[in-house]
Amino acid sequence: MPLTPHLRRLEAEAIFILREAAAEFRRPVMLYSIGKDSSVMLHLALKAFYPAKPPFPLLHVDTTWKFREMIAFRDQTAARVEMDLIVHTNEDGLKRGVSPFTCSSSAYTQAMKTEALRQALNEGGFDAAFGGARRDEEKSRAKERIFSHRTASHGWDPKSQRPELWRIFNARLGAGETMRIFPLSNWTETDVWDYIAAENIPVVPLYLAKERPIVRRNGAYIMVDDERFPLAPDEVVESRRVRFRTLGCYPLTGAIESEADTFEAIIAEMRCASTSERQGRLIDFDESASMERKKREGYF
Amino acid sequence: MTALFNADAEILSKAQPSPLRPTLRVLTCGSVDDGKSTLVGRLLYERQLIFDDQLAALRTDSLRHGTLGEEIDFALLVDGLEAEREQGITIDVAYRYFSTPARSFILADSPGHEQYTRNMATGASNADLAILLVDARKGLLTQTRRHATIASLLGVRHIVLAVNKMDLVDYDQAVFERIVGDFESVAASLAFRSVEAIPISARHGDNVVADSATMPWHDGPCLLTYLENVDIETDGGDAPLRLPVQWVNRRSDAFRGFAGAIASGRLQVGDEIVAAASGRKTKIARIVAMGGDLVSATAPDSVMVTFADEIDASRGDILCHPTTRPNVADQFAAHLIWMSDDSLMPGRSYLMKINGRSLAASVTEIKHKLDVDTGAKSAAKTLSLNEIGFCNVATAAPVAFDSYDENRTTGAFILIDRFSNATAAAGIIAFPLRRATNIHLQEQSVSKATRARLKHQTPAILWFTGLSGAGKSTIANLVESKLVERHAHTLMLDGDNVRHGLNKDLGFTEADRVENIRRVGEVAKLMVDAGLIVLCAFISPFRAERRMVRSLVGEHEFIEIFIDAPLDVCKERDPKGLYKRALAGEIKNFTGVDQPYEAPEFPELRLGSADRSAEAIADQIVAYLEANGMLIV
Ligand SMILES: Nc1nc2c(ncn2[C@@H]2O[C@H](COP(=O)(O)OP(=O)(O)O)[C@@H](O)[C@H]2O)c(=O)[nH]1
Repeated sequence: MPLTPHLRRLEAEAIFILREAAAEFRRPVMLYSIGKDSSVMLHLALKAFYPAKPPFPLLHVDTTWKFREMIAFRDQTAARVEMDLIVHTNEDGLKRGVSPFTCSSSAYTQAMKTEALRQALNEGGFDAAFGGARRDEEKSRAKERIFSHRTASHGWDPKSQRPELWRIFNARLGAGETMRIFPLSNWTETDVWDYIAAENIPVVPLYLAKERPIVRRNGAYIMVDDERFPLAPDEVVESRRVRFRTLGCYPLTGAIESEADTFEAIIAEMRCASTSERQGRLIDFDESASMERKKREGYF
Repeated sequence: MTALFNADAEILSKAQPSPLRPTLRVLTCGSVDDGKSTLVGRLLYERQLIFDDQLAALRTDSLRHGTLGEEIDFALLVDGLEAEREQGITIDVAYRYFSTPARSFILADSPGHEQYTRNMATGASNADLAILLVDARKGLLTQTRRHATIASLLGVRHIVLAVNKMDLVDYDQAVFERIVGDFESVAASLAFRSVEAIPISARHGDNVVADSATMPWHDGPCLLTYLENVDIETDGGDAPLRLPVQWVNRRSDAFRGFAGAIASGRLQVGDEIVAAASGRKTKIARIVAMGGDLVSATAPDSVMVTFADEIDASRGDILCHPTTRPNVADQFAAHLIWMSDDSLMPGRSYLMKINGRSLAASVTEIKHKLDVDTGAKSAAKTLSLNEIGFCNVATAAPVAFDSYDENRTTGAFILIDRFSNATAAAGIIAFPLRRATNIHLQEQSVSKATRARLKHQTPAILWFTGLSGAGKSTIANLVESKLVERHAHTLMLDGDNVRHGLNKDLGFTEADRVENIRRVGEVAKLMVDAGLIVLCAFISPFRAERRMVRSLVGEHEFIEIFIDAPLDVCKERDPKGLYKRALAGEIKNFTGVDQPYEAPEFPELRLGSADRSAEAIADQIVAYLEANGMLIV
């Protein structure tokens, strides 16, 4: 199926951004979070540099709490695309026993995601990192640049972001500074699924509806993915037909009841949805400005 | 905001999965309190584009920060950053997304606050159409004219004049007509192709997504219907081909692909094309794509092409058809929108980024400053934040470009401050100077490669960096002797010989050090063109400057050699007694004492000199050159 003019333009733009970064930075890396946005971003990277391999490795920040199916998919994907995959975990956080069940979601995110990412970028000496974030995901993202400048301590200062005109990106960095680059900035959730369907891009099966073991907690359906999940006395595991709109750490990711087991069905279902995809992410609930805070501290 | 519908799910399922009309990029602008945020919020709300969870957050926010009591304050939906909400102003451009069955939209919501003109220009740079809000009670304000002028300057050719708060003037047609009349005289001197005036009430939703019964005298479409149907000319491939080379794909010796996004026009396999900067001609052999080669491609596709002949084209070059070439010149006239707190210094060296290329540039003259409120022109010695000037600009080398009127991609550039790396200005090219228009660079028959071949070597810069006393010059001298023994053609540039002549006017402040390295880099580049192996031994403490020199030459032509000796060792050695004097305060800005040394992160060679002889290190460098095929015997 040929792409619509809208998708074709988004694709051309994302490829332009990927190539621009490859030309400007000495050591870029692609944050690969295994989700649908990462799948699209990786697919675009393969297209951008074909017939060469993308000139950067993939980086997965593994909290050790990802869905098992995500990890399996990640390893299959790295093998399929023949790119280097760096997996990084904050070992210090593990030693301290940081987990989604022992800490508040913000402390957990700080240690196992924000801090872990910082470690991985420093260790690899990366001066630029691609991320699959979209501006339509969340309010404070709406003002995010495509080339988003970070201080030497990986902080994001909303007031000192560089104006971004046309598609001319200022890629200059001072000592120790880095850049976050978002090729999918102008995509919406619908665009992502339309593109996945049009290009037949592999995604983690968790996006498709299936009978899964879940418990109801704080009003959300949480999947019991392994034996580490501590059940409260009144909680019962039940089997329901569910799927996920976003994927993260399984204890923090809410499923929705759904019958959609094909891309087309997902798209149809999504067009009638009345909640945003981030509602499935428990970490965002704290307060409406939480994302902005997390980003200032170095969250992707 | 994702394009989602509740009530309209049915309409949507009957429609195309994704609309066939081109995406419309809309800029919303107006003065503070004209109701811009309310309009955008209303647009999204009326179409049920706000999710339940977001609406819940909005209700809470409305109570906390809003100005309307219990009523939902839609403005809060689009004022994203915490800092802004606390101050109650919008300080940055926000992007919003939605689609209807007819079209996908990208809304850039640009702040009206006076001091943020640069954000308005940012939003306008990518917009097809601008919605200009006017408060019906106030009529046109100075800012309205400013926004119209900036939109026009940045190439926005379609305007919707949204006369808002009609509810507060009793939906009076006469008020509306008067404002429309006033705007016509403003627009007369600007370059718009279409202006549509629509009377609305953002707060109550009149004429926003549906025709309103409150204004029967208005017979035009409501805002959303207009946006869905407006025709923006998209380049269907009739414009001259412009393909700026963005990245060169050298997968193997056999394959060389030139990647870039087509800025305008159409490209076909077999087309005869020219690389504008070098003037070299060839044919398009393939348009390579992952799913299989293409036969043709049109703007705005991102493509990868291969050439029939081995011609050189690098990042920043523009591929075009032989009969419709861009300008190639090193001087042009341009409007600059100043975006930095540090004012423009004519004559100062800035970094220009144009069509992917980065090079030194300076403003040689400010012809006039433009008062965007009145359109008046006045003389100026400088430009400060948010000011717009018409200037003559000179670049360090000829670049390929078009006038912005002809091409919004190849006629635009930015200037970057070399010290802070901030984006200092946005540039809009008017025309080339020196009547260079019709003088296209002829293919140079003697090339770098020819000169190098005669010398049986691969030209390169060997850049020795490190602290004073690390042994750079000693080692570089040894390397040069060893190379000359092997009949290589070399040239040595070091701090002492350069500072006594070429750079005699420079001291050791940060700015002078930067300029020192820039000149050395340019000289070294010329010598590389001559086919020489150039040895440069400079402390060169700043990463940015070393990177700048690296960017002057080809990918494998810059070999960064870090002579890595600990500061203590260098202080101990102190061959010229300089550390002693610096520590005593007699020399200022001495690297390692009161100025930092930024060690290379990824040098080609990092050689510890604390515990090895200079001779051994020199041998290792020569061995490296040999292993990399740089010395052809
Ligand atoms: N009566 C009336 N008030 C409006 C209308 N549109 C906006 N407002 C009010 O004008 C004020 C400023 O609106 P806002 O959207 O924040 O303006 P912005 O600064 O342009 O984004 C708010 O109190 C709005 O409720 C309108 O059509 N009619």
